[in-house]
Amino acid sequence: MSEPAIPAASNLGTAPAVEAAGIRKRFGSTRALRGVDLSLQPGRCLGLVGRNGAGKSTLVSILSGIYAPDAGEVRLDGQPAPSLGDIAAWRGRIATVFQHSMVVPGLTVAENVFLGRQPRRWGLWGGGVVDWGAMREQTRKVMADWGFDVNADTACGNLTVEQRQVVEITRALAAGTRCLLLDEPTAALERGAAQRLFERVRQLQAQGVAILYISHHLEEVFEICTDVAVLRDGELVLTAPLAEVTKDDLVTAMVGQNFSAERSVADAAGPGQPAGAAAAGPEPAGPEPAPAAGARPALVVEGVTFASPGVFLGNVSLTVHGGERVGVTGLRGSGATTLARIVAGAVTPDAGQVRLCFPARGDQVLRPGDRAGALRAGIGYIPEDRQADGFVPLLGAAENIAMTITDRIARFGVVGPRRREARAAPLARRLSLVSAGLDQPVRELSGGNQQKVTVARALASDPALIVAITPTRGVDVASKELLLSELDRVTRQTGATLLLASDELDDLAICDRVVVLVRGEIFTEFTEPPFDREALIAATEGLGVT
Amino acid sequence: MSDTKNNLTALAVDVESALARKRSRSATAISWIREAALVPVLAVLLIVGAILNPHFLTVSNIVTGIGQQSSALGVVVVGESLILLIGGMDLSLESTFGLAPMIAAWLIVPVAAFGDGLLLNPYLGIGILLVVGAAVGLVNGLLIVKGRLNGFIVTLAMTIVLAGIQEGIVKGQAPFNLPTAFGYLGAADLGAVPVSLIVAAVIFVLTGLFLRYHQLGRAIYAVGGNREAAHAAGIKVNQVRIGVYVAGSMLAAIGGLMEAGRVSSVTPTQGYGEGIIFPVFAAAVIGGVSLQGGRGNMVGAASGVILLGVVQNILELENVSNYWVDAINGGVILFALILARVIGGEASAE
Repeated sequence: MSEPAIPAASNLGTAPAVEAAGIRKRFGSTRALRGVDLSLQPGRCLGLVGRNGAGKSTLVSILSGIYAPDAGEVRLDGQPAPSLGDIAAWRGRIATVFQHSMVVPGLTVAENVFLGRQPRRWGLWGGGVVDWGAMREQTRKVMADWGFDVNADTACGNLTVEQRQVVEITRALAAGTRCLLLDEPTAALERGAAQRLFERVRQLQAQGVAILYISHHLEEVFEICTDVAVLRDGELVLTAPLAEVTKDDLVTAMVGQNFSAERSVADAAGPGQPAGAAAAGPEPAGPEPAPAAGARPALVVEGVTFASPGVFLGNVSLTVHGGERVGVTGLRGSGATTLARIVAGAVTPDAGQVRLCFPARGDQVLRPGDRAGALRAGIGYIPEDRQADGFVPLLGAAENIAMTITDRIARFGVVGPRRREARAAPLARRLSLVSAGLDQPVRELSGGNQQKVTVARALASDPALIVAITPTRGVDVASKELLLSELDRVTRQTGATLLLASDELDDLAICDRVVVLVRGEIFTEFTEPPFDREALIAATEGLGVT
Repeated sequence: MSDTKNNLTALAVDVESALARKRSRSATAISWIREAALVPVLAVLLIVGAILNPHFLTVSNIVTGIGQQSSALGVVVVGESLILLIGGMDLSLESTFGLAPMIAAWLIVPVAAFGDGLLLNPYLGIGILLVVGAAVGLVNGLLIVKGRLNGFIVTLAMTIVLAGIQEGIVKGQAPFNLPTAFGYLGAADLGAVPVSLIVAAVIFVLTGLFLRYHQLGRAIYAVGGNREAAHAAGIKVNQVRIGVYVAGSMLAAIGGLMEAGRVSSVTPTQGYGEGIIFPVFAAAVIGGVSLQGGRGNMVGAASGVILLGVVQNILELENVSNYWVDAINGGVILFALILARVIGGEASAE
């Protein structure tokens, strides 16, 4: 195999690294892309944003040579793109770092960098044996050239998520690629690692690498991109240098005119009442005040201690009053989500106890790690990772929603599908669940609707305490606001207490109080909504107590 | 403005659900086809059988030749299907199928008939048989669920241990002269219909209804479909899993009792020595019970059993040389799997 020529940054000239013209792609009756024109110059970083379903993934797949477009042309470095099957040729020109790690955990860094194109010696008729020395040497050289620092001999399974990403970028650069597609690269990174990633992106860009940066987070786009392109319903509705647009322009472009008008109406109606609430139900969340401070404590966490690789909680105590909505936030590994999981009975702490005092049910100490007991005690739970813990994909929506209340709706242990649907239907309606019927397997629903099922499952048991972990992760803007407004409404109307662990500031906006954890300890508390974005971020980093 | 927005949202939701309904109607049709995937195979086999042999389509052949022969296997298939549904697997059911009736028979029959001379009451013997089944299932369940050992290896080792005990306690002999009460389930008839067939059918129907309508039955699908989600929803996942291992082994023991009654003795090779686990898995998987858990039902499992029974019966009626039975049997199973895959699509026969 011949080593692809590495074009020097200086003599790339003005040919765009990537140029897409009139790209169309259709899946069945869905028109995923309807004539997209995109151009990316060397040394620029183009942010590609859009809501779920706008066509981002399809575009990424076409630009990475995974799908062929139905119409239109992709040009790389001014030349027509290689044919679809010639993966090696694609990888030499453009490389994608996907959201999910594509390294082989059992192999070393050097092996992963040269996966499928290992340097060889004693070459005979295209054969030969792997030249381990050269492979390590070249890996070290590429790492050194680009200022990366990962040991070439470590097994990738022992690396952090951040380091694996570096390995993937190194793989692309070692193949001669000077054009990178980063698909949601910060999704699995904690903030420090994300900052280091931004540094790397800037550095790559400075050396003439073209970068297409796909993200859900507009702040990130503003932080590192030079240009931005907005996809909506398969069309590019906005392309501009970033300096010329504001965040509001982007949001408007992403969601369309209608939505932004509604948003301003909702904003005028008052904070904590997101748009989309009007569509969720006729009753407004109303000006009922949150229960006064000094109400009885509903949840008392005492001296909870927990240690595992990556997460640590040191003697954390927290009291939440009845009807209060408390946010818990912190960096990945700060213990914020672990604390919530312990309260929900999903994780057993090493020490400490969780006490509940609901008026209707009396005082009780939760048996640690007893999820079924916690449910009986009145705790509804929205787990962090819906794919892993949120639903059973092959079962219907109604069955998933009613899973927490089978005890209650069963007669002599028998659960009729009709009774199940009767209980699930009102919740599905309130959350505007879109399905072909409540018996449709949840696997076939979209991500946002799957999350609605997960939330409905938690609410079905009429919980006195709702433990929600990142309840809006990975859902589109409209679903996100719908879910948050429903949590807001339910807690206001039923007086349920809410413990919400999230690192998304939009989620925390529905809380009355936000507790910030740093390295497994409570660092500070924000008691006055609306919470200041900058101050919260600083606090999670362990800075600036006020 | 707000009204317009609401109307638009409502319209969008309506359109999306209409599209989704349309998709789902075709999906429902497909799932119906999947359930019926074996019907054409069965029809072809019935026609072939009828052409080859005039006795094939007689009531006595269908009821006794196919029905009674398949009953014992069918009950074990129910047990294995339950275990597959929770995402487990149990190879040792074939040994439980032999060991449980062996211990019971050994305690019941006199020394002259290779018993141990205890001359236990036959009803008590049946009780012991169930206890042995439950105990094996409990040990398997505890080792796999609480001990977090790999189910394949645990039950493989258990298979050999149990088969060794089965042979060891009788020193390779086959207890015979089983009391009528002990053999009733496998040997007796109600009118023209064998009791074993009725009991097997009842077990299939009850298990099917249990899986469909009982909260524990639904919990089995939830645990097999996504263990973590079931746990987060408050289902006692470990108890369900252990319980299913126990139930599966008890069903295997009942199947063994039927087999012992049918041949009116317990041979040291019953179960493991006959390698019944292969047809058990084959029937379940041909019937659409997924090896990955969470998918399958009793209608499918029953049709898998019937299909294997029909093939077996045709081979017997045609006096196919014993040396060739296995090859033909295996070939038919392979063919049925491929056909189920072709008709049922991606998800079937996993």
